[in-house]
Amino acid sequence: MKANKRDVLTGAHFIDGDHAAGEGAIAAGCKFVAGYPITPSTEIVERIAARFPLVGGMFIQMEDEIASSIAIQGAVWAGKKSMTVTSGPGFSLMMEHIGFAAITETPCVFINVQRGGPSTGLPTLPAQADMMQARWGSHGDYETIAIVPNSPQECFDLTIRAFNLAEEYRVPVLVMMDECVGHMTEKVVIPEADKIEIVERKFTKKSPGEYRLYDTNGTMFPEMVKAGDGYRIHLTGLTHDEKGYPAMSPKVQQKMLRRLVDKILTNEEKLRHIEEDQIDDADIVVVSYGITSRVVLPAIKKARKEGLKVGHVRLVTVWPFPEPYIRELAKKVDAFVVPELNLGQIVHEVERCAAGNAETKLVPHAGGAVHAPEDIYDAIKGVVVHA
Amino acid sequence: MLDQNAVETEIPEKENPVESLLRMDRMPHIWCPGCGIGTTVNCFARALEQSKLDLDSVSIVSGIGCTGRVAGYLNLDSFHTTHGRAIPFATGLKLANPNLKVVVYSGDGDLFAIGGNHFIHAARRNVDMTVICVNNLIYGMTGGQVAPTTPVTAKGTTYPYGSYDPPFNLPYLADSSGAVYVARWTTYHVRHATKAIKEALARRGFSFVEIISPCPTLYSRRNRLGDGLDQMNFYKENSVIKNGADTKDVGMDFQGKITVGKFVDRERKTYRQLMNEHLTNVFGEQYTPYEG
Ligand code: SF4
Repeated sequence: MKANKRDVLTGAHFIDGDHAAGEGAIAAGCKFVAGYPITPSTEIVERIAARFPLVGGMFIQMEDEIASSIAIQGAVWAGKKSMTVTSGPGFSLMMEHIGFAAITETPCVFINVQRGGPSTGLPTLPAQADMMQARWGSHGDYETIAIVPNSPQECFDLTIRAFNLAEEYRVPVLVMMDECVGHMTEKVVIPEADKIEIVERKFTKKSPGEYRLYDTNGTMFPEMVKAGDGYRIHLTGLTHDEKGYPAMSPKVQQKMLRRLVDKILTNEEKLRHIEEDQIDDADIVVVSYGITSRVVLPAIKKARKEGLKVGHVRLVTVWPFPEPYIRELAKKVDAFVVPELNLGQIVHEVERCAAGNAETKLVPHAGGAVHAPEDIYDAIKGVVVHA
Repeated sequence: MLDQNAVETEIPEKENPVESLLRMDRMPHIWCPGCGIGTTVNCFARALEQSKLDLDSVSIVSGIGCTGRVAGYLNLDSFHTTHGRAIPFATGLKLANPNLKVVVYSGDGDLFAIGGNHFIHAARRNVDMTVICVNNLIYGMTGGQVAPTTPVTAKGTTYPYGSYDPPFNLPYLADSSGAVYVARWTTYHVRHATKAIKEALARRGFSFVEIISPCPTLYSRRNRLGDGLDQMNFYKENSVIKNGADTKDVGMDFQGKITVGKFVDRERKTYRQLMNEHLTNVFGEQYTPYEG
């Protein structure tokens, strides 16, 4: 399906990442946003609040992030595409409802414009320190999808992608921006509505008598319904059977959980979204994501100029992690250099997948600013290349 | 020993009159003998029947706890959400589709401890929903801890020498937060409670019905108040009907008088009406009302 013309602000704009993400949500067909003000994400909801009255959407400023993160799920079960937006402290408060969305398979979007932490931390300064929280933050086993833009243009594009993936995979999708990307102003080109691909919700065609809430019909994904259509569904955060009824047994838990996890992990390759540069002859590969994927460029360029064979892999989809890809790459290269605005998160994944086949080197940064390219360059230089 | 002859005597099986409203495939329910929650469900089911609402358009949302299980037993679109968050879920549901009749059905701990903030904000906004609180003055599901409704000196496992933690007066809280309809009954008052739920369902805006209910397993036993029947007798002897009472005056003491009745019934514009009117004023023809 294509985007609705009325929702799309076609043209070239000079806006920041937060505003672009708001436009992305609107273009994706999002009609319900609940949020609570928090720096540096607030401009997203401000954009939405200003635009929604003109495109038939509803924004509500809730009493806190806990309320926001569950109100959007009520809206989903009333048939709407919904989103909430926050930053670190609010993201922490939302964790229980990421788990609720995961177990109930409620398609929805969470944007986290990351700032320095822990706790109140650095409200107006960047970090990439919620990456593991995005993966593991809610209790219990589950899988989500997390995608990481590195420009205002991508804040627009990837927010649309997040809505599409949420519908396709029936999961909460996390857009992991950071303060730099959120507040950076650049040219954002919004295409014509008919150039924007939208995944519509897959509502069942079955009658209420035949339909079961978690019947996957031989696929990995159940079909949706909405309240008021006569299906008389029961939705619960308890472990449930195919009908959606609570069922407290190890057998049901195993079956339910296995599918919740497998529907993402077995589709990792399909979900994989990476950008490669100069990989073919590389001895050293810089692995980066988000704003850091732009900061590394001068360092790589300088190292290349000096004859070092350095390539770059940018992770756009961080979760599910491209495990087979990194495993294979590790067999061909000597080392991975992983700069991130935290004291070591995604580096653990890279190291795990490298499995000793390549050295893995973290370039940490506590947040509050981006890396100096020299620090990344020095790390590249410090790697031992085997002849 | 069973009297073999008794098998011969056929006891006519009567259909439960509210059976069509229940998920019979989920019976038996989890509630203890003598618990009042089932009584409230019966009141609700009858109120729903009498209300003549299209049942396909009715959604019920619960939080967590003994009362939180109500959603799972009703043959409606039913949502068993997270602890304390039934109201914000219901807010999203209702605002996203104004044609739904949304009912939140939960316990005192769920709605007023962990969920208290959401309650006052939904009432303030006047989101169109009916909140039914089964108030048994205790946490049941977790084993009898004090709730923000437990009367001072009553015992719970976490205040084993009696509570000194001042409780909420729920009708007063609902009233001062902006609810358009506020009533309190006990499980002894099944007709009144049914009527109150029916009236609440008919109101536009945030309506609130509190039903005082026995928890014989945890509250009554620990406080030596007898069984479910003893509690019903207590309600019968000690309830005072005062329709229109000032909600300030209806707080409850341990084993004291219980003021019951309809306390508040007024009109206020709903959140959605306010939004549509205001944005129409601001934008005129440009305003694109939300297509719920
Ligand atoms: S513990 Fe109390 S409230 Fe819960 S089901 Fe038993 S009697 Fe009812």
